[in-house]
Amino acid sequence: MQQLGMGQAINQALREEMFRDPDVFLAGEGIGTGIHHSPMLPTAGLLKEFGPGRVKDTPVSEAAIAGLAVGASVAGLRPVVEIMFNPFFTLASDMIVNHAAKLRYLSGGKSSFPLVVRMKSGAGIGAGCQHSHNLEAWVAHSPGLKVVMPATAADAKGLLKSAIRDPNPVIFIEDIMLYFVPGAVPEEEYLIPIGKADVKRQGKDVTVATWSKMLGVAMKAADQLAREGIEIEIVDLRTLVPLDKDTVLGSIRKTGRLVVLHEATRTGGFAGEVAALAMEEAFESLKAPLRRVTGPDIPVPASPPLERFYIPDEEKLIAAVKDILK
Amino acid sequence: MQISKQKKLEMLRSLLLSRKFEEALTELCKIENKIPGMMILCTGQEAVGTGVCAALEMEDVIITNHRSHSHLLAKGADPKLLMAEIYGKKTGCNKGKSGTLHLAVPEINAPCTTTVVGGGPPIAVGRAFAQQYRKEKNVTVCFIGDGATNEGSFHEAVNLASLWSLPVLFVCENNLYAGAQRYEEHTKVRNIAERAAGYAIPGVVVDGNDALAVYTSAVEARARAVAGEGPTLIEYKTYRWRGHGESDLQLYQPKDEIEVWQEMCPIPKLRDELLAEGLISPDELGEMESRMDAIVKDAILFAEESPYPEPHEALQDVFA
Repeated sequence: MQQLGMGQAINQALREEMFRDPDVFLAGEGIGTGIHHSPMLPTAGLLKEFGPGRVKDTPVSEAAIAGLAVGASVAGLRPVVEIMFNPFFTLASDMIVNHAAKLRYLSGGKSSFPLVVRMKSGAGIGAGCQHSHNLEAWVAHSPGLKVVMPATAADAKGLLKSAIRDPNPVIFIEDIMLYFVPGAVPEEEYLIPIGKADVKRQGKDVTVATWSKMLGVAMKAADQLAREGIEIEIVDLRTLVPLDKDTVLGSIRKTGRLVVLHEATRTGGFAGEVAALAMEEAFESLKAPLRRVTGPDIPVPASPPLERFYIPDEEKLIAAVKDILK
Repeated sequence: MQISKQKKLEMLRSLLLSRKFEEALTELCKIENKIPGMMILCTGQEAVGTGVCAALEMEDVIITNHRSHSHLLAKGADPKLLMAEIYGKKTGCNKGKSGTLHLAVPEINAPCTTTVVGGGPPIAVGRAFAQQYRKEKNVTVCFIGDGATNEGSFHEAVNLASLWSLPVLFVCENNLYAGAQRYEEHTKVRNIAERAAGYAIPGVVVDGNDALAVYTSAVEARARAVAGEGPTLIEYKTYRWRGHGESDLQLYQPKDEIEVWQEMCPIPKLRDELLAEGLISPDELGEMESRMDAIVKDAILFAEESPYPEPHEALQDVFA
């Protein structure tokens, strides 16, 4: 099987969907003639292959990029637009939160907005807080948007292909660090359904619910814990909206314990949603109070030791797991 | 520009329908608990929607805003379905989800109304991009007010439309007020149309109370857009008779100013011209007025008799 970084896997997904459907087009800042020419990046080479009619380099105008997607999608095109970094979503958010998400509802279901907004997210690049800020809870809190955050290259490819074919607005958040983590990606065409979590590791003692880059942290922690005889079960949510409650609840009922792990800051983070789900629907199964392992409530700092402190690591997860096993 | 008799009569009809529709709403708003929510009217500005939409084909698209009644009626929306929606009824064009402020009528290529000031231009750019992408010979019209041109989104959108030569008509109804602010209090340039120069597109100023002048300017801008020559910013000078909602007492708006503009009402302007040219007789005019009255009455009756949606229907239509 081919080994690809997530950026390359996304590139394949975009390429395949553009070949399949002439209504699919791409737009964003520097997506064609990028400042960075790494072949590991998601839109590398696509301008050359599909031409400037379908790969649109835009001005630095996030509201216009998002509006382009809203207006083009209501006409039945399938825009896949890129917001360069997740924090810049704030500039596009009116178009997405007030328009893409709501206009179908306001029309009584008559108008559809089949668009995808891809955003780079996550700390670890030393760029500081205006480039690194995980905002998935913001979008998840806006009814009308689907929210996808893949953790592996293979998942990213299959989920993005589903997102492009989805008749609804989909927010597709890619952790930058994952672009450079190789993973096995099937050669043949495949789709991964939006709204289906994946148990990435079976275990009997504690459920760890996580997504995006934090899956890697959970997997490493699992190996260490296994050496001490503790078996964690890792549920990769993959999609925050719609949330695959059945898989999460099934795992909690199996292990009786839950830790939710994400990189975003703690207050109002999506871990709270998963925690509330566990309390409301699986309280009788819980043998101990659940735990959240998250980033602290601070903007992401730039200096390497400060940034490392910000990002949850194996140590913090292992401590939380051991804590609720006491 | 030679304008056909049929086109002129169509415009008079559209002006009358819009005016009577809104006059009825003004009265209905005085009855407690009759119409839910805010009611923002475009009374006095009807020549813009009328003239612009008269220049459009059915396949052309409009993106409208919170003063949308005249735009939608002029484009051909069914008054019954609009009225039922305004009442919050199940039979409304959006099943009661939108109310008066967000009326969406995809059937007439008015796929969305935005009430976020400045929300329309970026969407119009996207809709026009789809027309260009598919090589359609059609345009997208974006109706905005003077206030919207101070939003950043307006500037991003016009820049992109200009850059890509998109077939968009940015139609600004300068009604001299944005919320409770007079034009001079929110904008320094004398004409909104001057801003077009900053994007290397034509900007034109037109009497917004003259339906025929509006029509002519829209025909020209449409022709440019269809020919691939890109967007035009057209500023229609008009006036807001009603407030920002029917509960707005308009204390910031001088009474004599309102009266001056009411003297320049777009309806008698066109009506008298058609009468003088003999394109319509007083009898035919009376007949036309009665027909518009009847259409509005029917719409109200339809809305009154329609059921409200069931509460659980609120859960529908979030996702496709």
